[in-house]
Amino acid sequence: MREIRLMKGNEAIAEAAIRCGADGYFGYPITPQSEVMETLMALKPWETTGMVVLQAESEIASINMLYGGAGCGKKVMTSSSSPGISLMQEGLTYLAGAELPCVVVNVVRGGPGLGTIQPAQSDYFQAVKGGGHGDYKLIVLAPSSVQEMADFVELAFDLAFKYRNPAMILSDGMIGQMMEKVEMKPYRPRWTSEEIANLHPWATTGKPKSRERNIITSVELDANAFEVFNHKLQKKYQQMEEEEVRFEEFQCDDADYLFVAYGSSARICQKSVQILRGKGVKVGLLRPITLFPFPSKKIAELSNRLKGILSVEMSAGQMVEDVKLAVGCKVKVEHFGRYGGVIHSPEEVVDALEKKIIGG
Amino acid sequence: MAIDIKDIIKPENLVYSKSSLLTNRPMHYCPGCSHGVVNKIIAEVIEELGIQEDVIGVAPVGCSVLMYNYIEVDWHEAAHGRAPAVGTGIKRLLPEKYVFTYQGDGDCAAIGTAETIHACNRGENIVMVFINNGIYGMTGGQMAPTTLQGMKASTCPFGRDVQRDGNPLKMTDIVATLPGTCYVTRQAVHTAAAVRKTKKAIIKAFENQKNKKGTSFVEVVSTCNSGWKMTPMESNKWMEANMFPFYPLGDLKNE
Repeated sequence: MREIRLMKGNEAIAEAAIRCGADGYFGYPITPQSEVMETLMALKPWETTGMVVLQAESEIASINMLYGGAGCGKKVMTSSSSPGISLMQEGLTYLAGAELPCVVVNVVRGGPGLGTIQPAQSDYFQAVKGGGHGDYKLIVLAPSSVQEMADFVELAFDLAFKYRNPAMILSDGMIGQMMEKVEMKPYRPRWTSEEIANLHPWATTGKPKSRERNIITSVELDANAFEVFNHKLQKKYQQMEEEEVRFEEFQCDDADYLFVAYGSSARICQKSVQILRGKGVKVGLLRPITLFPFPSKKIAELSNRLKGILSVEMSAGQMVEDVKLAVGCKVKVEHFGRYGGVIHSPEEVVDALEKKIIGG
Repeated sequence: MAIDIKDIIKPENLVYSKSSLLTNRPMHYCPGCSHGVVNKIIAEVIEELGIQEDVIGVAPVGCSVLMYNYIEVDWHEAAHGRAPAVGTGIKRLLPEKYVFTYQGDGDCAAIGTAETIHACNRGENIVMVFINNGIYGMTGGQMAPTTLQGMKASTCPFGRDVQRDGNPLKMTDIVATLPGTCYVTRQAVHTAAAVRKTKKAIIKAFENQKNKKGTSFVEVVSTCNSGWKMTPMESNKWMEANMFPFYPLGDLKNE
């Protein structure tokens, strides 16, 4: 029987984590995502699935608890919002460098600094370009509904383990806080210790006589050896770009103009498309679901028959750089977005397309 | 009559051998450094307790960053100061395994102060080993949180001035006040007797973990003869004369 519930995006994240067989959640409260840990603590999964939930002393500690748990081959996750995610950048680069899988949810709020608790999409660069030091990438998924908040937890874990790489769910305060109906997936059992030993032979489980010791580390003092390791990482990111790009097209087939928008902005742009179609303007929407890997090929392909693209994002213009790189000056690409916690209206987006792209 | 060496190297004449858990890799520590001795003690303790298949170690950033090269157990190499958080993650998810962290003074008592205090305060059921030599060895002899007043380091070349640099921090005294710790002790490895005492302390710490008693915290007041610019012998004497009065040896808490 289908199980349909009305819930907040943050609550859906928590419920989905338990259902997909997560082993541990470590976090620190911050608005607008505190419901994730509150929901987990209220559901007491340690009494049912055995999942561990712990409130850490900081985001720095949370992400390092993930490093410990992930190194043991466990499915571990944390969630936070922008300032807290900034604190996690050290841990994330260590996780990427040690090739550890984990899931990090960023329910983005307006920055810079302490900023505001209102929704924003201004952490795009930090999420898709690495964020911490060194050459690395996170797998970045951008949900645009409460349903996707739930579904992407499992997907993020699957991708994180497939590539032994941290995965981020890049959401925002709007999707985190809004309530929608969600179809919950059935429970998936947590991995047993035997399954972990078989599936993840690299995991530190205590060294049996049958194998060499496992060492979770990101240090390599020999520069030539470390370059070889970096090549391996780059190959992995390349493979993600070839195999894991996900996006959704909305009325793109006959479009003269295109919106590129993810998450909350994509929801708003759907309405803008309807308004413009009503006026006879042939416009479509491409919604990247993976922000890394970015759907560059698809955007390049579409741009061959477009008159212009408007990248719409609740930021001062971050994703627009990747759209421009994908298009390569073939057609006009502009950015539009309200930011600092302000959400643009569908009408403002319509106006921006008319002024910046059609009339510009 | 000449004695043939082959007549001496016989099993019945064997009086000492290194722990089978110590790898054959030469240690990178400077001659005279305390790290090698403490690494060896930990290997011996794990072997003697017969728990090597159930141990996960957490190495820090600092001179012992490559400690995982020396002991035959599973390891995590943590970011600077974060070993207690990494250890927490491991222990919470694998509560039946033995987890120990190994940190220097910069790691445990400066950059990782929050992680140290909160892991101890939660009473994480782990062993924490804290090497205090009053200096940053790996990066070339800079001032540590535990550098003594007046003690010279490359970032306080005229000696630690407490007006400018603050006071040396007694992390072990701090964690002894926390209800989560069950055993807090300060030891050294400068004499055979001290080595035996430190070994006993580390055995006790692992036994506490077996009995789920909470956090066991073992400080080892140590020498860094390279950083201190002394011979190993001079370092031991200097440590006894200067470090021990400020960091007195003995149990601070034993519950």
